[in-house]
Amino acid sequence: MTPFVKHSGRVAPLDKADVDTDQIIPKQFLKRIERSGFGEFLFFDWRKDPDFVLNRPEYQGASILVTGPNFGCGSSREHAPWAIQDYGFRAVIAPSFSDIFRTNCLKIGLLPVQLPEATVRELMRADEVTVDLDRLVVSADGVEHRFEIDEFSRVNIMEGLDEIGLTERREDAITAFESTRPDWMPTVKGMR
Amino acid sequence: MPKTLASKLWDSHVVRQAAGEPDLLYIDLHLVHEVTSPQAFEGLRLAGRRVRRPDLTVATMDHNIATSRAERPDEISQLQMRTLEENCRAAGIRLYGVGSRHQGIVHIIGPELGLTQPGMTLVCGDSHTSTHGALGALAFGIGTSEVEHVLATQTLPQRRPKDMAITVDGELPLGVVAKDVALGIISKIGVAGGQGHLVEYRGSTIRGLTLEGRLTVCNMTIEGGARAGMVAPDETTFAYLEGRQFAPRGAAWEQALDHWRRLVTDEGAAFDREVVIDAGRLEPFVSWGTNPGQSVPVTGRVPEPGSETDERALRYMALKPGTAIQDISLDRVFIGSCTNARLEDLRLAATVVEGRHVHPKVRALVVPGSMSVRAAAEAEGLDKVFLEAGFEWREAGCSMCLGMNPDILQPGERCASTSNRNFEGRQGAGGRTHLVSPPMAAAAAIAGHLVDIREFPGQAG
Ligand code: SF4
Repeated sequence: MTPFVKHSGRVAPLDKADVDTDQIIPKQFLKRIERSGFGEFLFFDWRKDPDFVLNRPEYQGASILVTGPNFGCGSSREHAPWAIQDYGFRAVIAPSFSDIFRTNCLKIGLLPVQLPEATVRELMRADEVTVDLDRLVVSADGVEHRFEIDEFSRVNIMEGLDEIGLTERREDAITAFESTRPDWMPTVKGMR
Repeated sequence: MPKTLASKLWDSHVVRQAAGEPDLLYIDLHLVHEVTSPQAFEGLRLAGRRVRRPDLTVATMDHNIATSRAERPDEISQLQMRTLEENCRAAGIRLYGVGSRHQGIVHIIGPELGLTQPGMTLVCGDSHTSTHGALGALAFGIGTSEVEHVLATQTLPQRRPKDMAITVDGELPLGVVAKDVALGIISKIGVAGGQGHLVEYRGSTIRGLTLEGRLTVCNMTIEGGARAGMVAPDETTFAYLEGRQFAPRGAAWEQALDHWRRLVTDEGAAFDREVVIDAGRLEPFVSWGTNPGQSVPVTGRVPEPGSETDERALRYMALKPGTAIQDISLDRVFIGSCTNARLEDLRLAATVVEGRHVHPKVRALVVPGSMSVRAAAEAEGLDKVFLEAGFEWREAGCSMCLGMNPDILQPGERCASTSNRNFEGRQGAGGRTHLVSPPMAAAAAIAGHLVDIREFPGQAG
């Protein structure tokens, strides 16, 4: 996971609600078996429009995506946050996110920041924004906005922790739980 | 304290609970497919980890697969499928791959094989994992990092979502089926309405649905923004499961039943949110826009845009406000997907098309959800009904639901589809999707435009 502590960068405003993961990264790019290289296909169909925000000269090099409510709805494809991160974004700011998309972002260190809609609108007009995960504030033009994120995710992302490693420390509890599994529950043998 | 069904399922799978941390949940069954798993297996390899419980993991190929023998998947698709095969072989995971008589869409084969059972936790790297909740399981979609986590530890750290009850009461009018219940719910609560919640579907209408109908309703839970939807198991559930390949037998069956019968929301248990829907007022639904919440009854018209999102949707769909839904003509019809490609769906559609012919300008496709569904349909002669009516009869897979294989819409083509998503480009770049039930799709294929199944000749009522 890419650690995230504090980041300042230019904003790209994508003023749309309910942006689904099919738009973020269309299916034809899901066939790859690698984790990287999705950035060039980010918003593939929308980018055919020369006026699309990512094509405009003033937003080149933007590293903070600011967008509308219910961002990332639809499919569970982690390819969507991979593509956003690979393109160069470090954080996404929106009034709300779909549940699976938010979790996927947290797992890879692409910071999902939820702020009230009015604040998000203001930030869409800012040039540069700073996201500080240590202090839980987003600042732009001298104004600070507090945001929330659960403490467990905050620490994990700031330290870039390996969550699987954390769970592996619970081996005893997992084994104990497994011993209570009823016999009638299905198990499936592999075919070699 | 009285508990909800979701609480019972959640609490009985907590491996470890600590203040300030998400609960660590045990996962009883992990389903895997070719698209969202390769990077997870690769991650395990890079970290020197093994699959902890290959015996609680089952894989299938569905998204990329060709649905016609004449076609071959492209090179990259083939590589992705081969990668799944190698990963399963190396880890000792059962794979229902190309050529297996049980191969099919992951959310169709789980219930069909009796793998999905009441009381389980079940995950898959796919948002429509909510489908499995129809059997009284806690089932939700996850991303690839979480797939890797489950492969390595058979657990997932999760925060407990809130509880939401969606109660549908009353008798469904003729011509109104499970798909219309699902679309009706989403047009009421909106595409983000269930965010942060676990949904329990309740009420006499839900109890009256067949298990297959419940699968359709739970399938579309994610389209209303909730990760998981469930129905308390009852006699319908038990009758469906009994005798299936992985269902318990003999004394074990009795033991399981004892346990399953307790999986109901206790009298007096509180939900954080409740929505009530009167089934008697539902009609066959048709989506007009680019998300499933943008749907209206078939007797309706394309609405005036109420937001920028609506305007964009109308532009993409090339529709004018005020157009009668039934005046929308079609190029393609797709009957398939994990929403509506089970035997019951195909039977409903076949009843409509029997003895009729697909409109000459429409190309129509039936893609059974699994090879077992296909075989069962053929045993009843449904393939002949479809073929004689001018439908193509394909092999199992996701197919035109998302068009990762060659089954796609061409730019500008308009399709009535029994699938679950009408997002821009979902069925092919520039393609336009109208979500409908299987009987509505079948009738539309015959008529060449969207039509009200209730007024379709022979379907009176
Ligand atoms: S049928 Fe469609 S929705 Fe279902 S798993 Fe396949 S692609 Fe996803």
